Amino acid sequence: MAPTANTRPVVEVRGVTLQYKTRDHLVTATYRVDFNVRRSDRFVLLGPSGCGKSTILKAIGGYLHPTEGSIHVNGRDVTRPGPDRMMVFQEFDQLLPWKTVLQNVMFPLVTSGKYEKAAAREKALGLINKVNLGKFAASYPHTLSGGMKQRVAIARGMAMEPDVLLMDEPFAALDALTRVRMQDELLALWDEIKFTVIFVTHSIPEAVKIGNRILLLTPHPGQVKAEINSLPRARTETAASAELGQKIHAMLFADEIEDMSHD
Amino acid sequence: MTDAILRPEIYREPMSQEKFGIVEKPLTLFERLYNQDWLRKLFVLIVIAACWEIYARWLDNELLVPTFSATVRALFNGIASGVILTRAALTIKVLLMGFATGVFMAAVLTFLAINTRLGNDFLETMTAMFNPLPAIALLPLALIWFGLGTGSLIFVLVHSVLWAVALNTHAGFRSVSITHRMVGQNYGLRGVGFVAKILIPAAFPSILAGLKIGWAFAWRTLIAAELVFGTTSGQGGLGWYIFEAKNLLNIPEVFAGLLSIILIGLFIENVVFKLIEARTIGRWGMQN
Repeated sequence: MAPTANTRPVVEVRGVTLQYKTRDHLVTATYRVDFNVRRSDRFVLLGPSGCGKSTILKAIGGYLHPTEGSIHVNGRDVTRPGPDRMMVFQEFDQLLPWKTVLQNVMFPLVTSGKYEKAAAREKALGLINKVNLGKFAASYPHTLSGGMKQRVAIARGMAMEPDVLLMDEPFAALDALTRVRMQDELLALWDEIKFTVIFVTHSIPEAVKIGNRILLLTPHPGQVKAEINSLPRARTETAASAELGQKIHAMLFADEIEDMSHD
Repeated sequence: MTDAILRPEIYREPMSQEKFGIVEKPLTLFERLYNQDWLRKLFVLIVIAACWEIYARWLDNELLVPTFSATVRALFNGIASGVILTRAALTIKVLLMGFATGVFMAAVLTFLAINTRLGNDFLETMTAMFNPLPAIALLPLALIWFGLGTGSLIFVLVHSVLWAVALNTHAGFRSVSITHRMVGQNYGLRGVGFVAKILIPAAFPSILAGLKIGWAFAWRTLIAAELVFGTTSGQGGLGWYIFEAKNLLNIPEVFAGLLSIILIGLFIENVVFKLIEARTIGRWGMQN
């Protein structure tokens, strides 16, 4: 099942520098970031705020263009947003309020021309059942809780069977208990479908739990600090995961610790 | 270090649901009736009508203020003879033509405004210039350009609808959340598809507000314009009906004309727009 090293990666990010302009500054968000995402990877971008992890994700999504370097998805150059790279955002308002849960999941399937209406309906209902929202298929988003909305967004992303699913801190706005449950559900879905996902987070435990490969970024501007393997799934609740968390923590905040030792 | 006070741990068994006296209790009949919007509004209307009737009877001068009952009688007579209905139909026909044209032009202008910077500047400048200008002020010019007839009526109607609708729609488009825009782009939507499938529904509360304002402006403008020169080839609308009745000193009919304008306005606001609201932004949770 493990992909061999010579198959082409799904996402190739090569020397990507991203800059954006605010009113009075040109800000460099990331500097020459390289990484590859392989099929069925749960690839986590991890770093403190300001390390440009969301910016990289938006660039892969096609919303931003690198000032330097290139991004390829399945060999195609990324030039603009498209349904082959479905996004799951952090914000709860990512569902279209004028559509029911079912219509929300169906909408991209139909608009992109990938499915006929009847087939899209069937596909969407299947995914909605998978995220345990079968009873709410006819509900409008404003009647759902935050966790349910994020589940719909995940169902919508997965229904499209994108080359890669891009998740931008999808659980960050949820309460801690819901968050843990959503992480478990996401992993259960992955066990079933083995989709490729890039997952942005600033939580080390979440990264260790969700990811099989973790990219650590340093802030201002974001640069790659390390690209490490996470633990096998069975061991994520053990002391080993705490140890890995410690190691990541030490790497991310190494500079600060050095600063403190000078005092 | 001080010793922490050792406190006992407490465990309890929550009561089962049947033990509660009231978990859910239906509201009283009065509370339920009071919760009906239409019933409360009807009550307000009845009070107003009663005040009118009492005042008019006390004043006892039909040339100044006819009684409510006399007005209603004139209205029924007008409806029975078909005069008010044909007049109202004529007014509404012209109104709808002007309204539709205005909304269409507003759609084109806002589409250009959100897609190009120049279109944006054009719309902003035009609305700043023309929105404060009362449509009636353009009537003399319209009469010279389009002559005495439907053409000039439509011209002033478009003027009164266009800017209000365009202004609101444009403001609505610009306030669509970044997330919704990104979601739309993520689906590969662009151009007209993006506007139709993302921007218009997302901005629908503002658009609907614009349509309501535009509709009200159009009504006022049209009735006023008809009062000035309502008749075209022997036919006139409600404004002209009022004007004629006033010339004949038939004041109950003047009031009946005004009342029918009010009734149509109430119908559009409370039935047509309410229905659209309930079916759209109410259902979507965009309005509380």
